[in-house]
Parts: sequence; C-alpha cells; structure tokens
Amino acid sequence: MSATLRAPEPADTSQPSPAGAKGGSLAEKVLRLREFSIGAALVLLILATWLVNPSFLDDQGIKDLLLNASILVLLATGQSVVVLTRNIDLSVGSVVGLTAFACGSFVSGTDHSAVTVLLLGIALGTVCGLVSGALVSFGRVPALVVTLGMLYVIQGLDHAWAHGEQINAANVPDAVLTLGSGSVLGIPYLPILSAVVLAATAYFLRAYGSGRELYAIGSNPEAARLAGIPIRRRVLTAYAFSGAVAGLAGALWLARFGTVVADAANGWELTVVSAVVVGGIAITGGVGTVWGAALGALLLTTIGSALVVLKVSSFWEQAITGALLLAAISTDRVVRGRTTRALRKRSRQ
Amino acid sequence: MSKTAPAGADPAPVLALKGVSKSFGSVRALRDISLELRAGESHALAGENGAGKSTLIKTLAGVHRPEAGTVLLDGEPAVFHGPADARDAGIAVIYQEPTLFADLSIAENIFMGRQPRRTLGRIDHAAVHAATGALMERLGVDLDPGRTARGLSIADQQIVEIAKALSFDARVLIMDEPTAALTGSETARLFSVVETLRTEGAAVLFISHRLGEIFDLCRHVTTLRDGQLVASEPLEGLTEDELVRRMVGRDLGELYPKQEARPGGTALTVRRLTREGVFRDVSFDVREGEIVALAGLVGAGRSEVAQAVFGVDRADAGEVRVNGQALRAGSPTAAMRAGLALVPEDRRQLGLVMDASIERNIGLTGLRQLRTRGLVRRAGERARASDWALRLSLKYGRLSDPVGFLSGGNQQKVVLAKWLATEPSVLIVDEPTRGIDVGTKAEVHRLLSSLAADGLAVLMISSDLPEVLGMADRVLVMHEGRLVAEIPRAQADEESVMAAATGRAGSRGEAA
Amino acid sequence: MTTAPPTPAPAREETRHGPGRIGRFLRWDAAVGALLVAAFLTGTGTTEGFSDTANLSAALNDTAEVALLALPMTLLVVAGQVDLSVASMLGLSSALAGSLWDAGWSFELIVPLCLVVGLLGGLLNGWLVTRVGLPSLAVTIGTLTLYRGLASVVLGNKAVADFPETYAQWAGNSETVPGTFVPYPIALFCVLAVVAAVVLHSTGFGRALFAVGAQEDAAWFAGIRVKRIKLILFAVSGFMASFAGIVYTLRYGSARADNGLGLELTVVAAVLLGGVDFDGGKGTLGGAVAGVLLIGVLNNLLTLNDISHEIQVIVTGVLLIVSVLTPRVIAVLTARRQRQPAAP
Repeated sequence: MSATLRAPEPADTSQPSPAGAKGGSLAEKVLRLREFSIGAALVLLILATWLVNPSFLDDQGIKDLLLNASILVLLATGQSVVVLTRNIDLSVGSVVGLTAFACGSFVSGTDHSAVTVLLLGIALGTVCGLVSGALVSFGRVPALVVTLGMLYVIQGLDHAWAHGEQINAANVPDAVLTLGSGSVLGIPYLPILSAVVLAATAYFLRAYGSGRELYAIGSNPEAARLAGIPIRRRVLTAYAFSGAVAGLAGALWLARFGTVVADAANGWELTVVSAVVVGGIAITGGVGTVWGAALGALLLTTIGSALVVLKVSSFWEQAITGALLLAAISTDRVVRGRTTRALRKRSRQ
Repeated sequence: MSKTAPAGADPAPVLALKGVSKSFGSVRALRDISLELRAGESHALAGENGAGKSTLIKTLAGVHRPEAGTVLLDGEPAVFHGPADARDAGIAVIYQEPTLFADLSIAENIFMGRQPRRTLGRIDHAAVHAATGALMERLGVDLDPGRTARGLSIADQQIVEIAKALSFDARVLIMDEPTAALTGSETARLFSVVETLRTEGAAVLFISHRLGEIFDLCRHVTTLRDGQLVASEPLEGLTEDELVRRMVGRDLGELYPKQEARPGGTALTVRRLTREGVFRDVSFDVREGEIVALAGLVGAGRSEVAQAVFGVDRADAGEVRVNGQALRAGSPTAAMRAGLALVPEDRRQLGLVMDASIERNIGLTGLRQLRTRGLVRRAGERARASDWALRLSLKYGRLSDPVGFLSGGNQQKVVLAKWLATEPSVLIVDEPTRGIDVGTKAEVHRLLSSLAADGLAVLMISSDLPEVLGMADRVLVMHEGRLVAEIPRAQADEESVMAAATGRAGSRGEAA
Repeated sequence: MTTAPPTPAPAREETRHGPGRIGRFLRWDAAVGALLVAAFLTGTGTTEGFSDTANLSAALNDTAEVALLALPMTLLVVAGQVDLSVASMLGLSSALAGSLWDAGWSFELIVPLCLVVGLLGGLLNGWLVTRVGLPSLAVTIGTLTLYRGLASVVLGNKAVADFPETYAQWAGNSETVPGTFVPYPIALFCVLAVVAAVVLHSTGFGRALFAVGAQEDAAWFAGIRVKRIKLILFAVSGFMASFAGIVYTLRYGSARADNGLGLELTVVAAVLLGGVDFDGGKGTLGGAVAGVLLIGVLNNLLTLNDISHEIQVIVTGVLLIVSVLTPRVIAVLTARRQRQPAAP
C-alpha cells in the first residue's frame, strides 16, 4: 500500500486549464459584455425613440425619464445586495407602500422638513429589513418564502392602517413636495439621490472587505464559512440595507406623488427582481454589479416611456419586460456554457 | 499544559489536542484523541478513509467544536468559535476539496476576509494584487492574480490554497491530501515550499495516502482507526508495513479474496468514446465473469469515461454496446434497460438520496418492475429492500429510516443493493470502497469477486493500488484523457501501473 | 471479520442529520390538518352562519382557483421547482376567452383553445428550465411578467361579460352537486386532488418526483428522466392555470386581463403552509390541500366576523412564516437538548 492515487474532484470549478492560462479573463469579458450590451441596448432604444419623436429627449422628456427611473434604480440597488448573497427580498414593494403611507400620515398637516421624512422612511424600512433578514439568517428558512410572508404581513399592516383612506398632496408640507419636484442645475433631486446611493453602494461593494464578502457568500457559501466570514451577520446587513433603501424609496414616493394610497408600489417586487436580473446579477448570487442592475432598471423604465412616445399601446410594456428578462437570462446561460466548453477544450489540446 | 510535557529536546507544542471527542448523531467520529504539533516539525496523520482524519482537521480548524477535551494553543486552552478564530491564531488548512470562490479573482480568493487596507478601511486593491504576484513568484508559478478562479485545474486551485496559507505566515499548516491531484514536479515544488515553511518554524500536519511521501516529509506519525488513536510515534525505525498494519488493524492478506476468473463472452464494448477536452478515443471490452480495473491519476478522466458509458454524461463521439446492443448516448434509462449499472464515486451526492429511506433508495431503480396497474406496490418495494439488505448483511434499524442515518459502509451497501436489484449484466463501480471501514471493504471485495464468478462483468475504477492489483483480472490505465496501457493480472504490479498512470509507460499492451 | 467495528461517519454527516430528524418529532401536514379541523369546529361554535351549507358552498368556491392551482404546484415544489407564472396564465386565459367571446366565437371553441395556450405556456416554462438550464424561479418570474403582459395586449383594460348562462351557473356556487353543498368546481377539484395524491404518493412518477426534488443528480444517476419529468410538470401546471382562468372568468362573470393578479403567491403560500418543503423532496398532497382549505376557512371566518380583508392578509403571511420557521426551530431545540448531556 505504498501508493494510492486518490484525490479530490474539484467542487464546481471542474474545468481544468493549464496554469497561467488567461481563460479567466474570457469569463470576465463576458460579464463586462453584459453591462456593455445592456447599456448599448439602452442607448439604441433612446436614439431610436428620439429619431421618431425628438420630444423624447427635450428637457422635460429627460427629466421625466430620470424621475421615473429613480425609484426603481434605488430599489434595484438594494435588491442587488441581497441577490448577490444568493438570497431574495420580495417584500420591497410592500415596504415602499408602508413607508410612503406612514411618512404621509406622519407629515400630513405638519411642517416637518424633508430630512425628517427621509430619516423616518429609512428607519421604518430598516426595521422591516431587519425582521426579514433575521428570519432568513438566524431562522435559516428559505428567503423566498420568508420575504413572501413578510410581503403579506407588511401589505396587510399597510392596508389595515390606511383603511381605504389616502394621503392627500394638499396636506403634505411643501418642503417634502419640493424634494419630489425640485431640481438643482436642472437635474431633479430624486435621480441625484438615487445616483448617490447607487455610487456609494457600488463603491462599498468594491472597496470594502465586507462588500467583497457578500460576493464570496453568494459565490460559495461553504467556502465562505471556512474562510471565517460571518455569513449570518452579512446577510442580515444585506437585508437591513435593502429595507432601508426601500424605506427611502417610500419616502421619495410620497415626495414625488404627494397623493399616496395604501397599495403604492404594489407588485413592484417582481419588477425590481427583473431589473436586477436583466442587469446581469445572477439569481444564484456572486456575480454582477449594482451598475448593471441600475442599467437594467433604467432600461425597463425607458421601455415604458418609449412605448408611450412611440405610440405603441402601453399594454405591450409588461410583455416586453418579460420577454427581455427571459432573453437576458437565456443569453447569459448559453454564453457561459460556451465559455466553459471552450476553456475545457483549450486545456486538453 | 505545563513544563512537565514531553521529555527530550522537543520544543513545546504550538497546537495540541487533548482527549478530544466528537460525535455526529449516533456516530462517534473521534474518541479521546490527543495530538501535539511542534514548531519546525512535520507531523503525519495516517488512517484509512473514514478513520476520522477529516473531523480531526476540522476540529483544529475551528469548524467543529469538540464535545469533550480541549484544543491547546501554545499550551493554553483555546476555544475556536469559528474558522476565523483558528485562522487568526495562525492556523492554515488546505482541505482535500479546494474551497475557492469561483466567481472571484485569485487575488481576492487569497485575501478574502483580511485584505490589506488603505485609509477609511478601504481595500488596497493594488497591494492585494502585488502581494498575490509576490506569492506566486515565491511558489514559482505563473498564475495571473486577476483571473477568476473558475476554470482553474485542481493543481492550480491547490496552489491558490497554499498561497493563501503563505499569505498570513501560518504558524501551523494543515494539509489534507494536498498531493493527490498533483504531478511529480508539482509535488516536489509543493514539498520544497513546505520544507521552507517548516525550517522557518511552522508546524506542519500532513495527510497523504502515499505512504512514501509521509516517510519523505515527516518525522512523527499519529495513526487513527475508527475514530480512535492507535499510535503516535516517531517515523524513524517504522516500516511501511508496520504503519499499514496500524491503519488497517490486521494483515493485508485477509483482503482481496479474488477468485479465479473464467471470462465468457464480451458483455461491454466501448469504441473510440470521446468527450472533447475530457477524454479521447477510449476503447475497451469487458467480458462476462471478469473484473477489469480502470486505474490512473485523479483527473485522468476515469470517472468521466464511466459516466459517459452509463449515459449520465453525453459523449461527443464513439459507441457503447452492452451484450452487442448499441446504447443511445446520454440516456441512463436506456443503459439501465440494456443491463448496465453504475455505482458512482460520490455516494452522498450521486449514489443516494440521503433524506429518503433505505427502501425508497433501493426501490428507486426498480420503479418499473415494482408496478402493478401503474401503482407502486409498497409490499414489493419493502420485499426488494429487505431481501437485498439480508443478502448484503446491511446493518440498519428500520427500512424506513433515512439512509443518511447509516454509516458510510452501510450506505455503500445500499447503493450496491439498489443496483444489484436491477440484475445487471455489467456493473461499473467507481471507487467502491472509498471512505468505508475495513470490515465492509472486505465484504465489498468478496461480493464483487463472487458476482464476477457468477458471470457478471465488472468494471472497477479505483485509486487504491492494492485494491486494483488484488481484485482485477486486467488493469486498464488512463493518462490525461487517454487509455495508455492494458496490463494483464500476471504482469500488473505497482511499478507498471504507476509508470503508465504517470505517462512514463510505452504504448498499449507493454507494461514498463 | 464478522465483528466489523462501528464506522465513524465523515464530517459532512452532521448537516445531514438536521432535516432528516424533523419528521420524527413533528408531522407538519398532520398538524395543519388538525388546525383545519380546530378552525372549523371553532367557527361552527362561535360564528353564526358559518356552518350553513350556503356559506360553506360559497367559502369552498372562493378557494376554487387557488385549490386547482395548488395541485400541480405541490408536485412542482416537491420536485424542487416553482411556477410563479400560474396567476398570469390564469389572466391570459381569461383575457383570451374574453376577447374571443367578444369577437363572436363559440364558447365550446374558446375553452379548448385557451387550454392549448396554457399547455404551450407551460411547455415554454419547462423548455427554458430543462433545455436552456435556467432556474425555475428566474424563468417563471419572467413568464409571470410576459403572460400578464400578453393578457393586457389581448384584452387591454376592457372587461368582457355575458358569458353563456349554463356555464356560468356551473362555475358559480348557486348550483351544487345534487344532494350536497359542494359546487361543481370543488367537486372537480376533489376528483383531481385524489388523482394527484395517487400520482404523487403511489406511482413511480411520484417516487421519482421526490427523488428529483431531494437530490436531482442522484435521481439522474438512478436512471430517472429528470428533464422529461420537469417538462411534464410545467406543462400540466400551465394547462391547469388556463383551466382555472376559465373557471375564474365564469365564476365572476367577467374576463379581465388583471384577473387573479398576485394569486401565485397565495397558491405558493397555501402549498408551503401545508408542509411541502420549498427546498424540494418533502411534502404530502393532503398537507397542501389542508393548507388551501385552512386559508379558505380562516378567510371566511374572518369575513363573517367582520374582520377586514387586511387582517386576513396578515394572518396568511404570519402562517406562512410560522410554517417554515417552526420545523427549523424544533430541529434546533432538539439538537440542543441532545447536546446537553454530552457536555461535561
């Protein structure tokens, strides 16, 4: 028994390649390609629409586009962080609804400042996110189920509270409404806020250890455990962040529309997930960037706006979104399959 | 631990276990184990598969917490709350299965959780990159720090793991079979790195199935058997045979009860089977009543050939015939109906449905036969299971217990039962005795031998050379995706098989 | 060699013990069944009019679509898959029926056409999952949007009414199976539930489903045609969704593109509440049916007691969380109790 030949098979990295092969950069190119292709599709769509109807890109057109996209971009940013850890947060739509209504009730007839409203929204959203996150990370129950349950609970609370009433713009202090309609240097506040949150999140995910650990958890949870990453705490934080961002989005919803009914943002959770996935974040975690997710959100919003301008029935919007989502994930899958096969062949020949 | 500890000039242990026990459910994986690792010393951990080595390593690494006994760090009792604690204490572990993040770059893999920081706690990406480059240089490999880990060969993945250990100047380096997938030169390079670390004062714990490596690299050996400490002694003066006896607990002669084969007609014919980038032009026959071993280094493509023959993977080209009848490619169902059976290497992932009961697992391959008017007969299912449990002397509580409750050896018996119940004419077994106890191992060998004597054609993949030499009528050897040698029983010995497996042999048919 | 030593299991055994044990301490589906009976008895005792046959007929019929959709969903979840597009397919089927009826087609022609569309929609889901190799969650979130969008394209925001009286009566709860208070859609559901239970628990196909859900690779290595099974399940799910769309249309007498909006989540909630494990490989059809009925009974009771719809939604959400959380909590507590005596 002086020699045995046994050894481990690799986990999910089973494509052998010679040392030093630059194959990995190929896979990276594919990823870059994704953000590039979404961006290109966006530009093409905007150009085509503009050619048909130049008013699409006049001052008001651009402003509308940015305003429409900003809340979805925010939500997609929060959702990305959760999806990167191989989880999902379906409760975001209901959190937006709840915080929009709560903030509305809080400020109605008062003269609270916009900052107070934003802080209230963020605090309320964080609480919702922490509950979901605690159930997922410490309760170890499937994220989809828990956040689906949270969706019901939060939605129910929201409706029970609203009881058919609505918040009227007339009662909302001007300071708050200005946040939704005002602008600086011609750029509305809302997209500026979204862009700041987006850039900060992107920077955090790249530049901070805990940000990279979110990728590690989604990429290989078992290896993350062995590397001593505090998985539960990170996942909890991801949910708290997603909740906080949804809460912020709720406060902005109030600022933008003034009039809020209980089912504001009802059903948005799936649109948000679509945006994230279209933007190249793998639903199985570990891959993608928030920039991509934001581009996805921008693309989905632009399609909606473009249809109006192009005088295509808006009934097509949803169908196109769905088809786009399916096309995006299918392409990803096929491209990745090809890349893997190519790497494998190259290594043995 | 006080100064009264070991006599002689030995330095005090850096890391030690004292009276450690650990159970999983009703299974006691470690019983009262003590172990001492000293600075500047290489220590080998020997034992058969399933002896408890992996559990011991995971205890040292902070993955498992012992139920009884203590972990001593520099003589002080230490409690590791998780792998991070052990790492912060300077313990680096290289696991059997590399634990990389496929989507992240090599540099990120190495520094995950402890990246060098700039102001405001931000990661210094340039420093990470540079440090990784320096590590690669020190290891003498040409791996781009920026490429993703996806697609790395096992050897390269192992290199990244070692670079990880190097990166934080580990005081204790634990390696669980690091050489299994490496070529000779890669192994030599690894050993020189480990030697450097050791002379710089690191304590090394080394596990390998290649006993030669243990003798080359280590000074001290601790042997485990069935979760218990058998011996802890200097390697000097110990012979390989003595070490094996400690591991196995009996003389080897009792194993491998091979009966004389009287091969009949050809049962399995494989012609020019090819899967791009994995294996190429593989052709061989297996006759009735014959045990043919498929040997080779890990990564040579043996399991992949078996899986393509059985149809769970689709071959790109080539033909498989069972009793003269050509098989449809990529269809395990067709293979089953033609009389083929495959006992896969990874029984936990591929061989069994771990949460399902014993009877359901055994019944899973016979859903057609167990059917009356479309419904599965439960009585029939139970009879099939209890019949085979008896024939293979399976030890179990109830047939309705999940197979996950059984020991490794008994799980393997369930996999065998599940396939033998299909009454195959060709049985492919992939590492049939991996991770099972010695007693069951011998039972499996006897079973295979008697099945062959009854006319079954057996194709056995094994990395256990003694098993290959003890059981096989013919040995086929693969090297880098090609079948490079066919060695008859009479000429098969360690030299000839290893020579072919490492690519040193001549052409097919002539053993070096 | 007769006395083989007990074998220590490799470390990975640890994680395997957790889920397997739960079943020994708690049968969740039985608990939900008991809860259903308790809710029913409480309702009879405390709420006037609850046990009236008219109320029971209405309460049952209100769950008709969820109940019908829950059957294929149970099989899918057991096989480790999920179909979130069912409510959208229901809407598409309803919209298609409405638009064709509006265009003067005969209802006898509309029904089979809708069913074929449902079957094709299901096949598309199945194709994307099995051939392209995408996770069912992502695929059906996509088709959820796509099918609902197509429903809007087909019917816009119109509502079509005035469907043939005979069919509408059949779907409503005014007419019941003679001699009982069971409305026809529920009677059909009962028959289908028995069929589904037999398929899941007594056929080779059902056995294979459990294996696929628990460990897909092991099932494939055991010669089970994993892809074909999944394709069949998705096709059946789409077919059933389009059928539920017709029932819905007739029951409310109105075809709209947003019919059944969000119903997919109720269906998933009912199935999971019934103890079917979202990770696949575990569950019973009886449990799922009990889950559907429990939600139906609770909603009816809350309505009769003038408790608002909002509270009903909260109750559903809490039940859903509790149903997945409880087994894990029990598992953790049991593990802790077992560990205690071993500690020094």
